[in-house]
Amino acid sequence: MGLAKRIIPCLDVDAGRVVKGVRFVGIRDAGDPVEIAKRYDQQGADELVFLDITASSEERETMVHVVEQVAAQVFIPLTVGGGIRSINDIRRMLNAGADKVAMNTAAIHNPGLVKEAAERFGSQCIVVAIDAKQVSTGDEPPRWEVFTHGGRKRTGIDAVLWAKQMADAGAGEILLTSMDRDGTRDGFDLPLTRAVSDAVSVPVIASGGVGNLDHLADGVKQGKADAVLAASIFHFGEYTVEQAKRTMAAQGIEVRLDE
Amino acid sequence: MSIVAVIDYGMGNLRSVAKALEHIADPDTTVEVTASPERILQADRVVFPGQGAARDCMAELTHRGLVDVVKEAVRSKPFLGICMGLQVLLESSEENGGTAGLGILPGSVRRFPDGMVDPRSGDALKIPHMGWNQVHQTKPHPLWQGISQDSRFYFVHSYYVAPTESDQIAGVTHYGTDFVCAMARGNVFAVQFHPEKSAEAGLALLANFLCWDGCV
Repeated sequence: MGLAKRIIPCLDVDAGRVVKGVRFVGIRDAGDPVEIAKRYDQQGADELVFLDITASSEERETMVHVVEQVAAQVFIPLTVGGGIRSINDIRRMLNAGADKVAMNTAAIHNPGLVKEAAERFGSQCIVVAIDAKQVSTGDEPPRWEVFTHGGRKRTGIDAVLWAKQMADAGAGEILLTSMDRDGTRDGFDLPLTRAVSDAVSVPVIASGGVGNLDHLADGVKQGKADAVLAASIFHFGEYTVEQAKRTMAAQGIEVRLDE
Repeated sequence: MSIVAVIDYGMGNLRSVAKALEHIADPDTTVEVTASPERILQADRVVFPGQGAARDCMAELTHRGLVDVVKEAVRSKPFLGICMGLQVLLESSEENGGTAGLGILPGSVRRFPDGMVDPRSGDALKIPHMGWNQVHQTKPHPLWQGISQDSRFYFVHSYYVAPTESDQIAGVTHYGTDFVCAMARGNVFAVQFHPEKSAEAGLALLANFLCWDGCV
């Protein structure tokens, strides 16, 4: 017995409402963030990730209120990502009740930000989110690069090296999304997950591509992820977090379950 | 009317602790996040949270004139330390090349060694130790009341306490090695995990603290 692998539902929030996801065609409204967070908490979610996909900066303020409301009623770790660009943004989210903040594009444009944030607030609350896409072809050894703008813009940065660099700079955790798999329901990019997990000493959250519960178990067993993140399979009641945990437990993975 | 003071010394997420306490407190209990020595010493109970680096925590406590306040609170009222609020109670820490602690509880703070391996899977164990792990209660205590043996709590830390007095150990957790995750001495109870982020088990512990008279 020991540390449990974590299951983390991800909620995409647009102007204060949870939506199915920016990368899916035709966003479907999935509801009130507080209600959904409470439901996942009751199902046994180990943490929650809120991704702010709000386009306009005026509406960004609503995310602070969402975090405040959720943090007053749900007592598991909350990570907030999307639009975090400065030390001040981080402080606002932490003060609102977030436990961790995830940085993606801002870390690429300003690599010093992660180091400064970790020194100021502690590595435990600094998550670096990496959107990676395979760039090798055919028989080449697999290689992935960091992409931005929802997978449209290539940065030329090697994803595995970037993860290592960010962990060295003070990131306490890596949230790794395969942009090849995101939205496909074909399962995680397991070689990518494995390569990053083997390369860094901090925990890795696998994301992108989950279509069924076995995919979650594969992420842990084959991808060596410390935590697995999924959005759509939980949002519309297809599976509960508890079902996910029972599936993982049946495959010998240690999870947090109420017995 | 009862007041619980959450000591604010600029370290970490105090709002989480305050929100969890507010959620479970009865209407007669006021939760106050404060850096004021007077308010802390007037409170009926004191919660001492903390996150970040040991050296920064000690520097902030000193800078805000709170070292003697914490020591006085430890002497006189039900006192709950959380995470860094446990670690700085000890004499010294390996963190930041060696940092002196408050010396309230005998012992030191050590880093998890590199190269720890999960015996079951053979995988390297990640540092920080992050996530839900089991807490084995090593002695009965009012703060454990109603919490099942080996319940899971949420942890996030790279250092752990190594007390010298074994009778002050209240709980242990396994991560590569058995480490002490809860200490108890008289009116002081301090934990490495985050009860404010540990769902029902954590709220139960906080509720126990709010009705604890400081006696064992």
